[in-house]
Amino acid sequence: MVHWTAEEKQLITGLWSKVNVEECGAEALARLLIVYPWTQRFFDKFGNLSSPTAIIGNPKVRAHGKKVLTSFGDAVKNLENLKATFSKLSELHCEKLHVDPENFRLLGDILIIVLAAHFTKDFTPACQATWQKLVGVVAHALAYKYH
Amino acid sequence: MVLSANDKTNVKGVFAKIGGHAEEYGAETLERMFATYPQTKTYFPHFDLSHGSAQIKSHGKKVAAALVEAVNHIDDIAGALSKLSDLHAQKLRVDPVNFKLLGHCFLVVMAIHHPAALTPEVHASLDKFLCAVGNVLTAKYR
Repeated sequence: MVHWTAEEKQLITGLWSKVNVEECGAEALARLLIVYPWTQRFFDKFGNLSSPTAIIGNPKVRAHGKKVLTSFGDAVKNLENLKATFSKLSELHCEKLHVDPENFRLLGDILIIVLAAHFTKDFTPACQATWQKLVGVVAHALAYKYH
Repeated sequence: MVLSANDKTNVKGVFAKIGGHAEEYGAETLERMFATYPQTKTYFPHFDLSHGSAQIKSHGKKVAAALVEAVNHIDDIAGALSKLSDLHAQKLRVDPVNFKLLGHCFLVVMAIHHPAALTPEVHASLDKFLCAVGNVLTAKYR
C-alpha cells in the first residue's frame, strides 16, 4: 500500500484540477511516439505515424492520448487503492495488448515533461517529486497483474 | 543510437537559448534529481544538499559545463569527455542508471524554462544527446 502525505495529495489533486486532459493526453502520447519511436509498435492501426508532424496531427493519437490520460485521472481519484483501480486494465495490457511495462515508465516520464512545460515554475521540485512517485505507482499498478 | 545532423542542430539550437543560465540549470537539475530520486543522494554524503546550497551550485556548474563542452564537440563527445569518462570509471563509479535520472531532470528543467523551445523533435534530440553523454561517461566501466 502506498502512503501519501497530505501535502502530496494536495500537490496531486491541486495540479490535476488545472490539467486539460484532452490536450495533455494527446501531447504526452504524441511525444512518447516521437521521442521513443519503438513505442509505435503498438499502434500499427493508427495510420500515418511517419513524422513528428504526422504523429501530432493524427486524430487517433489525439483520441487515444485523451483516453489514456482520462484513465490516469482514475488514479488521482483513487490514490489509496491503485492496484484495485487498475486491476482490469493491467490484465488487459498483459493478456490482450502485450505491452512491456517499461512503456508505462516511459509514458510516465513523458507526462512529467509535458506537465513541466505546461506549469513551468509552478511545477516545483516538490511537485515533480510527488508526481514522479504517482506515475511510478501507476506504472507499478498497471504491471501488477502481469503473468 | 546515433545523433543525426538534425539532432545536432536541435541540440545546439536549444543550448544556445540557455545562454548564461547553464550553471543555474545545472544546480536546478541536481536539486530536482535529489528531491525526486533520493537514492542519488548516496553519492554525495559529503555535501550540504539543502536548497540553495553552495555545493549544489558549484557542482551544478560543473555538470552544466560538461554538457556544454559535449555540445561544443558534438561530433566527438567521447573525445571531449574522455577525462570525465576516466574519472567516472575509476573513481566515481556512479551506477549507470543514474545518468538517465539526471538526464530526465535536465529535460524537466529545460521544459520549465524553455517550454516553447522544447518541441517534440527537440525533446527527442536532447534525450538522445543526454543518453549519448551517459553512454560516454560509463563506457570505460568494464
